[in-house]
Amino acid sequence: MTMPVIELCEVSRRYDDGPPALHEVSLTVRPGEAVAVLGPSGSGKSTLLNLIAGLDRPDTGTVTVDGVRVDRLGEAGSARYRRSKIGMVFQFFNLLDDLTVTGNVVLPARLAGMARGAADRRAAELLGLLGLDRRARAYPGRLSGGERQRVAVARALMNRPALLLADEPTGALDTAAGQDVSRLLTELNAEGQTIVVVTHDLALARSCTNRTVRIADGRITGDIRSQAVTSQTVTSQAAR
Amino acid sequence: MSALGKVVRSGVGRRRVQTLVIGLATMMAVAASVLGGSLLVVSGAPFDDTFAKQHGAHLSVQFDAGKARAGQLSKSKDTEGVSSAAGPFRTATVTPQSDGASPGWPVTVVGRGDPGRDVDEVSLIDGRWPTRSGEIVVSANSSIIPTMGAKLAFPDLPGDPELTVVGVARSVTQTADAWVVPSQMPALTAPGTGGYQMLYRFADAGTAAQITAGAEAVTRSLPPRAAVGEQSWLTVRKTAERDTALYVPFLIAFGALGLVMSVLIVGNVVASAVGTGTRRIGILKTIGFTPAQVVRAYVGQALIPAAAGTALGVLAGHLLAVPVLAETEEVYGTSSLAIAPWVDLAVIAGVLGLVAATAWGSAWRAGRLRTIEALAVGRNSSAGHGRWAVRLAGRLPLPQPVALGLTRPFARPARALAMGTAILFGTIAVTFTVGMGASLGQVMKAKAHDAADVVVPAPLPDLGPQGLGPGTGPGPGPDKQPKTDPAAVTAAIKDAAGTEKYYRAATVRATVSGLNGTTDVIAFTGDASWGGYTMVSGRWLDRPGEAVVPTPFLAATGTRIGDTVTLNGLAEAVTVRIVGEVLDPRNDGMQVFTDASTLTAAHPHLTETSHHVAVTPGTDVTGYVDTLNKDLAALGVTAQAGGLDAGSDMVATLNALSAILTLMLVAVAALGVLNGVLLDTRERVREIGVHKALGMTPRQTVAMVLTSVVVTGLAAGALGVPLGVALHGKVFPAMGDSVGLRLPDSVIAVYHAPELLSLALGGLLIATLGALLPASWAARARTATALRTE
Repeated sequence: MTMPVIELCEVSRRYDDGPPALHEVSLTVRPGEAVAVLGPSGSGKSTLLNLIAGLDRPDTGTVTVDGVRVDRLGEAGSARYRRSKIGMVFQFFNLLDDLTVTGNVVLPARLAGMARGAADRRAAELLGLLGLDRRARAYPGRLSGGERQRVAVARALMNRPALLLADEPTGALDTAAGQDVSRLLTELNAEGQTIVVVTHDLALARSCTNRTVRIADGRITGDIRSQAVTSQTVTSQAAR
Repeated sequence: MSALGKVVRSGVGRRRVQTLVIGLATMMAVAASVLGGSLLVVSGAPFDDTFAKQHGAHLSVQFDAGKARAGQLSKSKDTEGVSSAAGPFRTATVTPQSDGASPGWPVTVVGRGDPGRDVDEVSLIDGRWPTRSGEIVVSANSSIIPTMGAKLAFPDLPGDPELTVVGVARSVTQTADAWVVPSQMPALTAPGTGGYQMLYRFADAGTAAQITAGAEAVTRSLPPRAAVGEQSWLTVRKTAERDTALYVPFLIAFGALGLVMSVLIVGNVVASAVGTGTRRIGILKTIGFTPAQVVRAYVGQALIPAAAGTALGVLAGHLLAVPVLAETEEVYGTSSLAIAPWVDLAVIAGVLGLVAATAWGSAWRAGRLRTIEALAVGRNSSAGHGRWAVRLAGRLPLPQPVALGLTRPFARPARALAMGTAILFGTIAVTFTVGMGASLGQVMKAKAHDAADVVVPAPLPDLGPQGLGPGTGPGPGPDKQPKTDPAAVTAAIKDAAGTEKYYRAATVRATVSGLNGTTDVIAFTGDASWGGYTMVSGRWLDRPGEAVVPTPFLAATGTRIGDTVTLNGLAEAVTVRIVGEVLDPRNDGMQVFTDASTLTAAHPHLTETSHHVAVTPGTDVTGYVDTLNKDLAALGVTAQAGGLDAGSDMVATLNALSAILTLMLVAVAALGVLNGVLLDTRERVREIGVHKALGMTPRQTVAMVLTSVVVTGLAAGALGVPLGVALHGKVFPAMGDSVGLRLPDSVIAVYHAPELLSLALGGLLIATLGALLPASWAARARTATALRTE
């Protein structure tokens, strides 16, 4: 049996005096899984994602990702962890408007100290695979929503992460662009990329993940594994 | 509370750091303005104020006790034109020894039963007036260190009297170095010495002619040559004003710099605070606030912290002014200086008015925005500026956070300009202060001629108070010189172990054609060129018949280097050729320096002679002085370590003052940077969150924020240094001009390359100091929160 990529053990998190955002949640995600975390607003989805990404710490319980005890990391340790283990995709892309597409994509690698030439080559490779090679020198403001999210995915894959976290990746996109991104995630997972997607979008969950975790009031209320999604054209080099 | 009040209150509370910055910047501005303004005001006419308050003596006359009796002197009070008079007081010149230390300088002690009232009311600074024998009050202007309770011994006097210091006082016209009760005077007067002092106030004493007429009137009925020395209040005032005149341009420059900078920073901070609230203004208008209400709300938000800062600034200004004014009293020789209430009121009104005007201007502009546009502010990307810089930095072999930080000023050029201006003024202030301190040091060094390790001062004639020699009167007087043989002193110095080189300086008083009064002629025996005389132009003495003179002498006589002047009033007239212009502000610059052999025929017996000694390297100066004094004891003179009085208190005061003002200006500059970087960091919080989510460590975040001010700091520093040097180059010569001195390059060109480099890097330091707090805040910001921030 392979080691899990994510292992949450009785994790709880409460903000101020409010109800617990997460209450004794345990969850294991194995390599190659594509997990959709579904739930209404305020259910604890984003808190779960933040804990996995090392952006927040649990009050109790442990969070282990790819062998790293994330809940024990300090600020600098968390940053290094995110660089090496995590790729993140956000609902509103979070691209830096002052940087070109290539500038945005190479950012995680440059922060990790990768040489400029190597980073540029890796970015060109990713952009080519994602069909963005002609937009490499454009600024994010010139791109469509779908293109921006593809740039965000390319940036997330830059350091070859063990885990790709996506927070409502289609939430700010129109239907066509949303399907485009969904297809991309499916392809990545087919190549072995472990993915956790937090979403409201049931269609997205069905189309690109093979496991659905439902969460409500800070507790896991359902965990269903489905048949693996059939891959189509695979961007094999993109994932690894 | 009204809706408007709630908005103002919530605005002040919500933007705590910005509120704090406005408060602190205002506080610094007000404190600096109160301090600087007060100094400018008190520097105006301190002598006249104090002279009027203390009923200073228009004329003090020293009489030979052997030629005039007390009764005769008392009758001089009734002379026509004399409005009031005090005396006769017994006087004696003595050399006190403080608590077992080496003998000090000769001082003049006057016997007075009380501090006086109608004429020369001596102001007690500390302690009390002596009430019995054995007690003494020392003048704050004397060479005696004014330590309460200290014992002063007089080993040269019969009976070895010992007095206890019971008070410290000051006479505006410096009529004595110390005062005792009259019954003490016999014990302080060596047989065959001593004199009387009379102090007069005249009905008309505004001009030198009136004083001269008064002096002639009061001495007319007295025996010839009974008066051996006189001092006009005009002479003292002139000296005092020369001292203050030297520093007024400095205070004006500093005050103006501080005010301009404070105005700039406060204006910038307030404008920024209002500017960043534009979207909030849009929201307020959406819910029904009128543009006028919005403007009032934002003016109120700026005025509340500004008012608090102003109150604290006034308090801080007063607290700072207490020691500074006390020191200034020392500089000006006055007492009881205080901050004028109108200075406080003017500063408060000025600063609050400025804050209100700036806030109103900014809020009015924002209030006029269409609501939808105001709402859009903050949502719209500011991208577009400085992309070329980003591309350029991307090609440089720099770590990514550094490259990102370096390009930031190009993205927000207006904000970078505001921060740069703050740093620029801070750098100018620091550069100016450093140069001023160095130049003042050079002037004081030139004034002190302190190159000698050991000085044997000339024995003072047994006349009036210190500095009240016959030479200060209208004509040469009959000196009663002690019987000290300069040749014997020279021989003792020559024989002393550790003597490397030495020269003698004898003072002779002569008249110069075209000039009123006497001029001190300093005649050197030996090479005095190493003695610390700073040349302005020309060269030092080379042969007999040559002279060097200070700039004021050249101006007064209308001569130039190469011209000749004739010294009269000696046994025979002596003509000297001026070969050099020397920097020497002493005696109002009315001196002639020449070789002793020039005066051999005209004044063969040079007795009022000081000796200046340089010891061999490694020699213990204290030990040398002690040993030499044993040989000199029999000769009636005393050697002392160090040069002549360098006026170090004055320099220390002004250096302390400039240091305080500079620190305040630097703090205000750093606050300006803090404000700018804080706004920038707040605006970029989501961007910083993205960086952190992508793996930027706290250290990298700090590096990115700090490097965002590096370019600005370096540019402002590089620009501020030459501007500071230029300001110094304008102000310091103006200071010299105000006292009739031409300053040589060695006094003006005090900046050296390593120093300039350090000063330029000072701009970077100010920028870094200001950016540290926001950088640390950015590093600590929670990534998840930052990512959610709009």
